[in-house]
Amino acid sequence: MRLRFLAGVLSLLFLGIVVGAWHLATLPKAGVAAADSEYAKLLGAQAAVGARSAFPTPADLGRKLAEHVREPFYDRGPNDKGIGVQLAYSVARVLLGFLLAALVAVPCGFVIGMSPLVYRALDPFIQVLKPISPLAWMPLALFTLKDSNVSAIFVIFICSIWPMLINTAFGVASVRREWLNVACTLEVSPLRKALAVILPAAAPTIMTGMRISIGIAWLVIVAAEMLVGGTGIGYFVWNEWNNLSIANILSGILAIGLVGMLLDFMFSRLQKAVTYTE
Amino acid sequence: MSLVSNCGCGRHRSELEHEISEQSDEARLVEDAVLRAVVRRDLLSLIGRSAALAAVSAFFPLGAAKEAFAQGAGKLEKQKLKVGFIPITCATPIIMAHPMGFYAKHGLDVEVVKTAGWAVIRDKTLNKEYDAAHMLSPMPLAITLGSGATPVPYTMPAVENINGQAITLAIRHKERRDPKTWKGFKFAVPFDYSMHNYLLRYYVAEHGLDPDRDIQIRAVPPAEMVANLRADNIDGFLAPDPVNQRAVYDGVGFIHALSKEIWDGHPCCAFAASKEFVTSMPNTYHALLKSIIAAAAYARKFENRKEIAAAIAPANYLNQPVTVVEQVLTGTFADGLGNVRKVPDRIDFDPFPWHSFAVWILTQMKRWGQLKGEVDYQKVAREVFLATDATRLMAEVGLTPPKSTSKSFSVMGRAFDPMKPKEYVDSFAIKRA
Repeated sequence: MRLRFLAGVLSLLFLGIVVGAWHLATLPKAGVAAADSEYAKLLGAQAAVGARSAFPTPADLGRKLAEHVREPFYDRGPNDKGIGVQLAYSVARVLLGFLLAALVAVPCGFVIGMSPLVYRALDPFIQVLKPISPLAWMPLALFTLKDSNVSAIFVIFICSIWPMLINTAFGVASVRREWLNVACTLEVSPLRKALAVILPAAAPTIMTGMRISIGIAWLVIVAAEMLVGGTGIGYFVWNEWNNLSIANILSGILAIGLVGMLLDFMFSRLQKAVTYTE
Repeated sequence: MSLVSNCGCGRHRSELEHEISEQSDEARLVEDAVLRAVVRRDLLSLIGRSAALAAVSAFFPLGAAKEAFAQGAGKLEKQKLKVGFIPITCATPIIMAHPMGFYAKHGLDVEVVKTAGWAVIRDKTLNKEYDAAHMLSPMPLAITLGSGATPVPYTMPAVENINGQAITLAIRHKERRDPKTWKGFKFAVPFDYSMHNYLLRYYVAEHGLDPDRDIQIRAVPPAEMVANLRADNIDGFLAPDPVNQRAVYDGVGFIHALSKEIWDGHPCCAFAASKEFVTSMPNTYHALLKSIIAAAAYARKFENRKEIAAAIAPANYLNQPVTVVEQVLTGTFADGLGNVRKVPDRIDFDPFPWHSFAVWILTQMKRWGQLKGEVDYQKVAREVFLATDATRLMAEVGLTPPKSTSKSFSVMGRAFDPMKPKEYVDSFAIKRA
C-alpha cells in the first residue's frame, strides 16, 4: 500500500517536472516589435514581434483540452467534427479490422500449429508478409478495393493478423504432449480435442497475440487515417497539422494515448481471465 | 435539405422557387436572346429594355419560347454529390459554393470533402467515391494520357483560379534573392503534375539552373509545406496559397515572388470530372458546373473577396486564420520582409479553360520527360479542356466568354505560340526531352 502511494507521488513529481520545464521553455520571449503597425496586424502574434510562432505553453494546451472535453461530439459538417466523434470512428475501424483478422488468424493458426507439414509449407509466405509495413499496402488497397474506408480497415486487418496467427500456431504447437496423449487414450473426437484440450491450453498465448495485435492496429490506424483523410483521429491530427495548431495536435496525441491504454487494459483483463497455473 | 423535389422540373424545392428561378435566370435569357435577334442594339439602348420587350411580345410569342427553354433543362440524375478538395485558396469556387449556397441554388446537395493529398484525391475520384474533384490543371491531362496513372478519359470543364501561387523562401535566405545562388536548394511543390512544378522548373531554368541537377524538387502536400519549412527540411517552395501567406504569418518564410510575376494569368487548379460522369449524368454535370462557374463569377468581383475569405476560413473548409485567407484574396499582404504589398490580382478567378493553356502544360510535360513519344497537343487539349460548356455557362452567369479557345501569351518574356508546340519545346536549352 505504501509502495503504491509512493509510486503515485513520484509519478506526479515527474509530471510536475516535465510540465514545469515545458512552461519555462515556452515562456514568450520579448522581441522587437515590427515597426509598422499595419504590417504587424497582418502577422501572427509571434511573427509580429520578429520571432517564429512558438510551441504552445502548458496553459495553451490546458485551454484546448478544456474546449475538447466541453464539447467532444459536435458535428459542423463533414470536415469538422468533435474529437470524440473522430475517436469513435477510429475505434470502430480498429475493432472491425481486428475482428476480421481474429476470425482468419485463429483458425489458420490452429491448423498451422497442429500440422507440422502445413507449418513448413506456409512458413516462407508468413515470413515474407509479416515484416511489410501495413501502410505499404495502402496504395494497393486503394487501387483494388476502390474505397478508402474499406482500405483503412484492410490495412488494420493485414497488420493485426500476423501476431495472432503466429502466437496461435505457437501456442497450439506447444501444448503439453501428455495432455494430448491423455486425449488420445480416451478416444476424444478431434473437434472436441481442439476445443476442450488445445484451446484452453493455448488460450494465454493466443491472448498475448491479440494484445500485441490490437496495440499495433491502434498505432497503424492513426497513420492510415492521416493518409486517406475523411474521418478518424488520424485525420483530426492531420487537419490540425494543416492548421499548424500544435495545441490541437497535442490534444489529439493525448487522446490517442488514452484510448490505446484503454484498449490494452481491456486485453490484459481478458488475458488474466484465461491464464491458468499448472 | 429535402431530397424530394416538389416542382415540375425537379430542380427546386417548391413550385414557387421553381418559378422565381425560372423568371430570374432562364426567362431573362430567352428575353435577351429574342431582343438581340429582333431589335437593333442602338434602338434597344434608346427605348429601354422593358419597352422593347413590350413591343416585341406584341408580335413574338415570348411566353411560349420561355417555356420551351425551361423544359430543355432536364431532371437531375443525381442530387446528392460528393466533391473532393484540397484545403487551399485555389479551390475557392468549389468550397465557397457550399457555405454560400451556390450548389443549393442549382438544386444540388453537395458535400465538399477535404482530402489529404493529390494522389488520394486522384484515386478517390477514379474510385468514384467523389463525383468530381478539385485537381491541379495538369492532372486531368496526365490521367487521360495515362502518365502517372492508369489512363481514364478525364475532362476539365473549368479552371478554378488564375495566378495565386508564390515562391516562398525560408527566412534565413533573406539575402539570397538571386536565383543563380540557389544551387543545392531543396524545393517543395505540391505534386509532380502541377503548374507549380512546371513554373518552378521554368523559373530556375530561365536563370540557368537545371531543376533536376542543380536543385532538388520534391512533392509535398500543401498542408505539410510550412511545417517542413519551419523544420529546415526544405529551403523554399512554389506553393498554392494560403501556404505562402501562412509561412509569413508564422514568421518562417518570406514571399520571394508571386507566380503572376512569372506568368501573369496562368491557370492553376481546376474543376475536373471523369468523362463518364459528364456523359452519363449530363444534367447533374451541367448544374454542378454552373454552380461553380457562378461562384467563380462572384469571386471575380473584388468587393466580395472579404466575405468569401470569412466563409471559407473555418475549420470545416480551409482551417486557417481569417486574416491569412483575407490577405490572399484581397492582395493586400505582408511579404515577410517588412513590407505591406498591394497586388489586387494576386489571385483571380477565370473559369475559361483555354486550349492554349492545355497545350502549354503538355509542352512542359514533354520538356521534362513526363510524356514520351509523339503528342497530338491540339487533340488532347480539345478533348480534356471542355471549352464549349464553359462558354455557354459563363454567358449564363453574366461573364463574358472569349470568342476563341486559344490565345498566345508569354511566360517570363518568352512568347508562346499554341500552334507551334513542338518548336516551343525545342527552343529550350535546359530540357529532358
